[in-house]
Amino acid sequence: MIKPAEWQLALPLALAFASIFLAPLLMLVGVSFFNDDKISQPGLAQWAKFLGDPFSYKVIADTLLLGVKTVCATIVVGYPLALVYLDAPPRLQKVMIFVIVMPLLLSVVVRTFAWIVVLGREGVINQLLISLGIISEPLRLLQTELGLVISLTQIEMPLMLLPLISVMSRLDPNLRDASAALGASRWRTLFTVIVPLSMPGLVAGCLLVFASSTTAFISQTVIGGVRLIYLPLLIWQQSLVVFNWPFAAVVSITLLISVLTVVSALSWLGRRSGGYVHG
Amino acid sequence: MQSTPAARTLDVEDLTVRYGAALAVDGVTLAIEPGEVVALLGPSGCGKTTLLRVIAGFVRQASGRVRVDGATIDHLPANQRNIGIVFQNYALFPHMTVAENVAYGLRARGVRSSEVQARISRFLDIVQLAGFRERLPRQLSGGQQQRVALARALAVEPSILLLDEPFAALDRNLRLDMQIEVKRLQRTLGLTTILVTHDQDEAMSVADRIAVMNKGKVEQFDTPVAIYDRPQTLFVNGFIGTTNLMNGKVAALHDGTATVVLDAGASFSLSAPAKISVGASVLISVRPEQLALSSVPGPGAWKIQPGLSLPLGAQLVHEARTVDGASLKIVEPRRASPADTARVYCTLAADARPTLFPRST
Repeated sequence: MIKPAEWQLALPLALAFASIFLAPLLMLVGVSFFNDDKISQPGLAQWAKFLGDPFSYKVIADTLLLGVKTVCATIVVGYPLALVYLDAPPRLQKVMIFVIVMPLLLSVVVRTFAWIVVLGREGVINQLLISLGIISEPLRLLQTELGLVISLTQIEMPLMLLPLISVMSRLDPNLRDASAALGASRWRTLFTVIVPLSMPGLVAGCLLVFASSTTAFISQTVIGGVRLIYLPLLIWQQSLVVFNWPFAAVVSITLLISVLTVVSALSWLGRRSGGYVHG
Repeated sequence: MQSTPAARTLDVEDLTVRYGAALAVDGVTLAIEPGEVVALLGPSGCGKTTLLRVIAGFVRQASGRVRVDGATIDHLPANQRNIGIVFQNYALFPHMTVAENVAYGLRARGVRSSEVQARISRFLDIVQLAGFRERLPRQLSGGQQQRVALARALAVEPSILLLDEPFAALDRNLRLDMQIEVKRLQRTLGLTTILVTHDQDEAMSVADRIAVMNKGKVEQFDTPVAIYDRPQTLFVNGFIGTTNLMNGKVAALHDGTATVVLDAGASFSLSAPAKISVGASVLISVRPEQLALSSVPGPGAWKIQPGLSLPLGAQLVHEARTVDGASLKIVEPRRASPADTARVYCTLAADARPTLFPRST
């Protein structure tokens, strides 16, 4: 009695996924194999056009590189923050969790425009640096990749921190004491015990940040501007400006495949390093 | 066995630890002899684990000193104290093999790799896990994990060994084996050892001396036999072994001997503690094996209402109730003859050593 009920319970969701996710995806693949923007002549012309253009490869590389840079920045800022969180007293931990989760509570548009205010020529960063006498001319941060990585780092931070904190707080606190009692310094303990054991959280965080930052169309466009071209912008231009849907479909599938490749490589790494946490 | 490092003394002097406003350890002083096994015994929250963590260097004391061989170690961080510790949950590094776990402390100390290999072999031999070098901790049983934790702690040749409830997670049979094993290792290596436990049998069987702790203070620090036979406080009396408590009054005092009249209706003499006066309400504590049943009334016998009698191995445990409502347990060797129903009096056994405590009202 229970067995059939179990899969029957999953049926509505499965149907919803099939109709609003799987079917459009198949249609997208279908559309990519048409030569003209009226979607009337089947053929491989759009694929040939995209794959034959060196510019396409530069956009793919830039997009993946943006993901890598954002991942690196979130690790550099997020990992120490997670360590601070672990050592913090419970009351401070509650405040920290609120601050960490805050970016998720705000609309992506609001967050992005807030970053324009911070990064602009007359923005907070430039005014601060000028008033401190570190620079005399305002830095160009908007419409540069540096500004984009800075803002994405903040926007994607919760996706790094939440899995990291969840894995690290399940680590046995005695492990650190055991390591110290055996004569290991704090750094040795960090790199030989804490980092290896927090790998599953780190990999999950990298995965989420990478997938999210490579496809963050609004941030990429509003902060990066139209001169920094990533795959999502290309899709938007082709589908809603030029109305070349087959080409947009080709770019979409390329984005999907390239992000999925990196994500599966990461999760394979994660599985290899995982399994010790509950050991 | 190769070199046996000289055993060290461990002195804890007037140690106090505060957690916020609460005193976790309250002015504890212990002088531990070289090569001695001392058990810190007490209920949970008595400060025994905190005391251990101070010695290990994980917790800072508010005041007081810890000395190893006379030298204070209070200024040293945990990783420079050279004190071995085995945790209740063993805290093995789950991503490292048995050999890597044992090598961890040696590598942290920069021991040469040939020497590391030699010591891995030596200490895994000692704990009888030579064939398990390449296993991961989760592939081992609880007892084996504990042996690895011991080997890991011992491999760095610590000056002091700390054991934090090391047998609590083991089942009963294995626990006894491991207690014997630890005692054997400790003897061979001549290590001064502190064992934290809430299990009095464990403390009795493993330790040379026991420090009974309650509410952050050491109530009594003595040999297991002395603690059992001559408990100095009511807490120790109740915490160690089974005992009967009866109400009474001091009728007379003479040369340190008090004559006590039980509320249940008998009187006898026993040695009196210092601060006691005639007419004071007292509690008399007698171990179950120091009471006897009798069918004859007399000045030293009081009337009881016999209850159930339960055979317990070679002994018979009688349950009884006095006329003033106290319940008693009386243990006698089991005899072939059936229980004598006429035995409605209770007396002190010939070698009884009842203890007197002032009753706080």
